[in-house]
Amino acid sequence: MLEIEIDGKQTQVPAGSTIMDAAQLVGAYIPHFCYHKKLSISANCRMCLVQVEKAPKPLPACATPVTNGMKVFTHSELAVNAQKGVMEFLLINHPLDCPICDQGGECQLQDLAVGYGGSEARYREDKRVVFQKNVGPLISMQEMSRCIHCTRCVRFGQEIAGVMELGMANRNMHSEIQTFVGRTVDSELSGNMIDLCPVGALTSKPFRYKARSWELSRRKSVSPHDSLGTNLYVQVKNNRVMRVLPRENEDVNECWISDRDRFSYEALNCSDRLLKPMVRVDGSLREVDWSVALDYVAHGLKDVARTHGGNAIASLASPSSTLEELYLLQKLTRGLGSGCVDFRPRRRDFATDAKMVGAPWLGLRLSEIKELDAAVVVGSVLRKDHPLFAQRLRQLARKSGKVSLISVTGDDPLINLNARITVAPSQLPFALAAVVKAVAALKGIETLDELENVQPDAASVSIAESLLADGKKAVFLGNLAEQHPSASTIHVLANELGRLSGAVVGFIGEGANCVGGHLAGALPSSGNAYDMFVEPRKAYILLGVEPELDCHNPGMASAALKQASLVVMLTPFKSQAMLDTADVLLPVAAFTETSGTFVSAEGRIQSVAGVCQTPGDARPAWKVLRVLGNLLDFGGFDQESSEAVRNEIVGNPGEFAGGLDNSVAGVSVRLEAAQMDLQRISDVPIYFADSLVRRANSLQETRDSVSPTARVSAGTLKSLGIADSSLTRVVQSSGETVLSIAVDNAVPFGCVQISAAHASTSMLGDMFGAIKMESA
Amino acid sequence: MTILGAIQPMLTSGLDGDNAWRLEHYLKRGGYSALKKVLAEKISPDEIIGEVKKSGLRGRGGAGFPTGLKWSFMPRDYQGNKYVVCNSDEGEPGTFKDRDILRYNPHSVIEGMAIAGYAMGASCGYNYIHGEIWEIYKRFEEALDEARSAGLLGANILGSGFDFDLFAHHGYGAYICGEETALLESIEGKKGQPRYKPPFPANFGLYGKPTTINNTETFASIPWIVNLGGDAFLNAGKPNNGGTKIFSISGHVNKPGNYEIPLGTPFSTLLEMAGGMRGGRRLKACIPGGSSSPVVPGDVMMQCTMDYDSIAKAGSMLGSGAVIIIDETVCMVKALERLSYFYYEESCGQCTPCREGTSWLYKIVHRIENGNGREDDLELLESITGNIMGRTICALGDAAALPVQSFVKHFRDEFIYHIEQKKCLVPVDIQRAGSGFFSALS
Amino acid sequence: MLTTESLQRIDREIEKYPADQKQSAVMAALAIAQEERGWLSNETIEFVANYLGMAPIAAYEVASFYSMYDLNPVGKYKLTVCTNLPCMLSGGVDAAEYLKAKLGIGFNETTVDGKFTLKEGECMGACGDAPVMLVSNRRMCSCMGPEQIDRLLAELE
Ligand SMILES: Cc1cc2nc3c(=O)[nH]c(=O)nc-3n(C[C@H](O)[C@H](O)[C@H](O)COP(=O)(O)O)c2cc1C
Ligand code: SF4
Ligand code: FES
Repeated sequence: MLEIEIDGKQTQVPAGSTIMDAAQLVGAYIPHFCYHKKLSISANCRMCLVQVEKAPKPLPACATPVTNGMKVFTHSELAVNAQKGVMEFLLINHPLDCPICDQGGECQLQDLAVGYGGSEARYREDKRVVFQKNVGPLISMQEMSRCIHCTRCVRFGQEIAGVMELGMANRNMHSEIQTFVGRTVDSELSGNMIDLCPVGALTSKPFRYKARSWELSRRKSVSPHDSLGTNLYVQVKNNRVMRVLPRENEDVNECWISDRDRFSYEALNCSDRLLKPMVRVDGSLREVDWSVALDYVAHGLKDVARTHGGNAIASLASPSSTLEELYLLQKLTRGLGSGCVDFRPRRRDFATDAKMVGAPWLGLRLSEIKELDAAVVVGSVLRKDHPLFAQRLRQLARKSGKVSLISVTGDDPLINLNARITVAPSQLPFALAAVVKAVAALKGIETLDELENVQPDAASVSIAESLLADGKKAVFLGNLAEQHPSASTIHVLANELGRLSGAVVGFIGEGANCVGGHLAGALPSSGNAYDMFVEPRKAYILLGVEPELDCHNPGMASAALKQASLVVMLTPFKSQAMLDTADVLLPVAAFTETSGTFVSAEGRIQSVAGVCQTPGDARPAWKVLRVLGNLLDFGGFDQESSEAVRNEIVGNPGEFAGGLDNSVAGVSVRLEAAQMDLQRISDVPIYFADSLVRRANSLQETRDSVSPTARVSAGTLKSLGIADSSLTRVVQSSGETVLSIAVDNAVPFGCVQISAAHASTSMLGDMFGAIKMESA
Repeated sequence: MTILGAIQPMLTSGLDGDNAWRLEHYLKRGGYSALKKVLAEKISPDEIIGEVKKSGLRGRGGAGFPTGLKWSFMPRDYQGNKYVVCNSDEGEPGTFKDRDILRYNPHSVIEGMAIAGYAMGASCGYNYIHGEIWEIYKRFEEALDEARSAGLLGANILGSGFDFDLFAHHGYGAYICGEETALLESIEGKKGQPRYKPPFPANFGLYGKPTTINNTETFASIPWIVNLGGDAFLNAGKPNNGGTKIFSISGHVNKPGNYEIPLGTPFSTLLEMAGGMRGGRRLKACIPGGSSSPVVPGDVMMQCTMDYDSIAKAGSMLGSGAVIIIDETVCMVKALERLSYFYYEESCGQCTPCREGTSWLYKIVHRIENGNGREDDLELLESITGNIMGRTICALGDAAALPVQSFVKHFRDEFIYHIEQKKCLVPVDIQRAGSGFFSALS
Repeated sequence: MLTTESLQRIDREIEKYPADQKQSAVMAALAIAQEERGWLSNETIEFVANYLGMAPIAAYEVASFYSMYDLNPVGKYKLTVCTNLPCMLSGGVDAAEYLKAKLGIGFNETTVDGKFTLKEGECMGACGDAPVMLVSNRRMCSCMGPEQIDRLLAELE
C-alpha cells in the first residue's frame, strides 16, 4: 500500500493505482474526458492535470502512478490554470450549439465549461468543420464538429466490443473519428459509445431531437431480453418511453447494455400494439369489453376441461414473461386440471425434467467470471445470444483467462480463444464427450462407460488441459445446447466434465426468467413445450409467445393451433398470424408497463415497477391471469399486488434465489449420431429473438436483421452439386422454402445454417435435424 | 560529408570514395574491431555500460540524455525479448547528419547496435529510417545483408554464442515518429502517436517489452568508445560534454553541410568551417539545435561554444546539432510562420493542447504575417504557448511553443511592425535575394 | 489484387517482425501497394488490412496519418518540394514557385496530361542540399536550382 495525500486528505492505495484512482477513493473530483474506468488510459484530453508536489509541471491524474508519500493538489492555482487552459483549447473549435444539441443537459463539456471556461472567447479564427457520417440506424454522427478527440469510442471498440469499427483517421487538428469509408457500425454493443461520448458527437439516432434530457423522468427497470438481468434506466416523457440507458451495476451489466436492451423500446410505440380485447365471433375477431372476453375465456376453458379432460389444455409462455405471470399461468393451468404448461418454447429434449435436483442456473455469480482461469462455452452464438456475457468472457480472455468454445456455428465471438471446436449439431455431444474423455485420460481416471469409443483429438486435449490447470474453471452451456435434440446428454456430459475437472457447470440461460420460470413452477407434469404440439390439444393459452417464431418447430406448432377449438393469446402485440389463429386476443402490458420480477441466470431476484401506463385497454398480464383464476373460482388468486404474488413464490426475497442446482440424477448419456446427408443448424438472430425486439424499427434496419439465408460452406455446396446456384429450395419435415445461398466456409461440412425465429423460415420444421437443399 | 576539426574525427574518418559504406571498406578502416573485442574478450555488459557512462556520451537525438545511464535502466533479468531501437527518423528541420552517417558509414551503426544489444541483453533490434530517404534505407538494408553474410549479425555472432539480429523499418512521412514512443507505435504498425510516460520504454517498450532507443549518431559513437575507452571519448570534448559531434549547418552559409567537431568548439570556428556567411551578409539569428530549439540572436550566438552547456546558457538547446543560419534578408515573422505551420501540420493530433494549440498559434502568426495582426496578438501568443508547454503527452508541444516564444522575445520589433504597419520590416526584394535561387537564373 | 511480386515483397517485410506481430508490416505493405498501384484506394487499403489480419479502419488510420501515402490518384510523377525553414532560406519556397509556374499547377494539383503532381513537403532531412525535392517518394534530388529543375523535368518521361 502507498500513502498519498490529496488536497490535504490522506489515504492509502494499492501499488499501481493512479492519482485518479486515489482521488476517487477520497472523493476528490478531478475533471476529465478521456479517462474512463473501464477503458485503457490514453491521457490525451489533458483535462485532469493536477499539481504534484516537487513535479515541475502539472501531471495528468489519470495516467500518473501514485508514489509513496505523494502530495497532490487538484485545485491549486497551478492545477486550475492548467485545467482552464485545456478547457479553452477544447472549446475553441467546439460549436456553440448547446441549445440544439442532444447532449444538452448531460454534457460533460458543458458542465465543466461552466466551471473552467473563460468568460470571453480569445479565439477569433474560423472553427473547424467536420463532416457528418452515416454509420447505420443506431448511432448518429451528424455533428462530428463537436468531437473532442478523447478516443473513448475507439477504445471501446477495440477493448470492450472486441472489434475496431471506429478509428481516428488523419492527424493534427484534422483528426477525425470515422468508420472505414462509410461502413456502418455493427457491433451489438455499439450504443454504449453514445453513453461514452462525453459530448454530443455520437448521439442516439432513434432518440435524436425527440426530447431534451431534462424533460425526461428516469425510472429503474431490468432488461427482459436475456438472462443477464441487465439493469436499466427507462426514460419517460408524457407516458411514453423515449430512451433506455444503462443503470450501472458492477455485478451485473457493469456500465454497459446491449443495443437490444437499448433500442427495443421502439417496439412499445409501434402500430402493432393490441389495444382492445378481441373475440372470434362467426369466424372473425371483434373488439369486445374485458368482461366479455374474460367470461368467454373462462367458459371456454372450463368447457374443454370438462369435455376432454384437463390435459387437453396447454399453456405456453415466453421465458421473458415475469415471474408473477409465469406463476399465475401455471397455477391457472393446473387449476384447470392440466399439467401441460411450459415456458421453454425452443426446447426439444426434456429428459432431465423432474430429474434435476434444483433449478438450473449459471453455476456461479456473474461477478465471479473475471476470477476464472478457464472457461469452456458449449453450444452458443455467444455475442448474439448473450452480448454482455460474451463481453465478460472477452475481458477474461484479455486478462489471460483461457476461454474455449465448442459450438456448431462458425461466427466470431471476438474473443481471443484458447481453442475452438466447431462441429455439426449431431456431433456436438461427441465433441463434448471427447473433452470429458481427454480430461479423464489426462487425470488417469475412469469416466462414463458410454464414452468407451470416444477418441479425443488435439483441440479437445487442449480444452481439457485448460480445465485441468489450477484455479477456478467453468463450463457454460449456451442456448443452443439447451435447444439441442440431445440437450440432456449434453447436460450430463457437462456435469461429468465438471466432476472430473473441478469446473463449475452452468447454464447461460435463454430468456430473462430462465431461472424464474423454474422457481415459478411453470414446468410440465404432462406435455412439455414440444409435445403439446406433437399431440395437438383442444385449447391453448399463450402468454407473450408467437409460436410461428418462438417454437422449436414453428410449423408443427402453427398446425396444432389451427386445429384447436380455443386459442387464447395474452399479448401486447397483434400480428397476422395471431389474427388468423387466435380465438381470443387479450391485450397485456409490455416491458416497462407492468411491475414484475426477473430471476436471472445467476439467480439474482430483481423486481421492477411499471414505469408507464399500458396503452388502450391493455392490462398487466398478471392481473388478467388473476381475474381469470377468480372467474374460474380457483382459490389463491387474490393477490393485491405483483409483490404479493412474488412473495408467494420466493418468500420474502433476498438478493439471490435459493434452490439452484444443476445436478441431475438418473439420466443417461446417449451417444448415437443419426446419419444425415445434410443437417440444419438454427441460430436465433439477435433482433428476431422475442416479440418486443422484432418490432423495434431501428434494430430491424441493422445488418443483424437481414433476412435469413442458407449459409453453407463451398465444400458442402459442391458435394450437393449446387455449387453454381445463388438460390436454393430447402425442404424440411414441415415445409419448404426458397432462400438465397450465402457461402460461409466456417459452417461445418454437411450442414446448412438457416436462422429460426423468422417468418421466412418458420414453415420448415425443427431447429436441428435432416434437411434437403436443391437448386431453385 | 565534410570532415574538419581539431582532432581526428570519430564518426566520419576515412570516408573517402564511393565504396566507403561497404563492409569491406569498413573492415579495412578497423570496423567491427569493437564488437569482436567485446565478444572475444567476453567483456561484461556492466563493464561496457560503465565505459559508456564514463565517456559522457549524451544522446545525439535532441534531448541529450546520458546514454550510459539510459542503458542501465534496462531490466537485467527480464525473461523474454528485449529490444534495441535506433532512431534514424531525423525529421527535425535543420538536421541531416543521420542520413549521412547511414549513407557513408552504416556499419558503424550496425556495430554500435550489436554492442548495445550485447550490453543490454537484447537479441533483436530495429532501425527506424526516415521516410523520405528511401535510397538510404535501401543502402542500409544492403549493409545489413553484408553484415549478416559475414556472420556479424544473426545467430551465434562470430561463434560467440551471442545472437543479435537487426532490421530496418522504413517510415513514411511523419515528423512525430522521431519521438521515441511514437516511433515504437509506428513499428507496431499503428499511427505514430506518442505514449504517455511512465511507463518508460525500458519497462514497456516495443511490443510491451523492455526497449532502449538511441539516435543513429549515439550508436555510431559506441564502437569508438569501446575501442579507445570512455576517458578518451570524454577528453575529446569537454567535461559533461564528451566526444565529438556532427553539426548540420544549413541556411545562409557558403558551404552548408555536416561538420564533425569536438564539443566545446567555438561557434565562430564552425561558421568559418562552413565557409562563412553567404554573400558576406550579417548573421541575424541562429537556431542552434534544430527547429525546436529557441532562436538565438546573431551577436549572442557568436559568443557561444558548441556544447550542451554553453548553448543552454544562451537560452537555447544544442538539440540534435542542427545549426540554422539566418541572415538579415529574412523576415522573422515569415520564418516563424513557416515553423509554426510545420508543428501544426505534424502534431499527431491526440492531445488537446498540442492539437488545438499548434493550429491556433499558426493561425495567429499567419495572420500577423499577412497584415491582419491585432494589438493583443503577441500577448495571446505568449499565453497560448504557456498553456501548451509542459501540458502535452510528448515534447512536440514544447517544440512548437519554444520557437514562438523566442522569436517574439528576440524580434518583438519586427512583429510589432507587422501588426502596426501591416507589412514587413525587411523589404520584399531583399528577402527574395536571400535564397540565391533566382540569382542563378540571371 | 496485388501482383505476386508485391506480395512476395510484403511477405519479406512480415518476416522482419515477431510471428504474432504481422501488423508491424502495414507501413511497408501500404508503401509497396502504393508503388504498384500508384495510389491507395479504399479497396487496396482493405486488401492490405485483410492480408495482415487487421481491421480495415486500423490500416486506414495508418494510411491517412503518414504524409507519403496518397489516398487520391496522383500524376505519373509526384514531386514533393521541401519548403521548411532551412530549405526556405536556401530557395526551397522559390523552387516550389518556379515549379508551379512551369507546370501551371499549385500544390496538391496534377498537370492536365496527368504527368506531374506537386506537393509541399516537410523536412526531408537533407537541409544542407536545399532546395531538395522527392520524386514519387523514392528518389531524392538535391541542390535543385532552376537549371537542375529544368533538367529533371526534361528527364522525367
Ligand atoms: C517531436 C520530437 C521529435 C524527435 N525527433 C527525433 C529524431 O528525429 N531523431 C532522434 O534521434 N530523436 C528525436 N527525438 C528524441 C527522441 O524522442 C529520443 O529522445 C531520442 O531518440 C533518444 O536517443 P538519444 O538518447 O540517443 O538522443 C524527438 C523527440 C521529439 C519530442
Ligand atoms: S504533444 Fe502533439 S505530437 Fe505529442 S502527443 Fe500531443 S498531440 Fe501528439
Ligand atoms: S482524463 Fe487524464 S488526460 Fe484525459
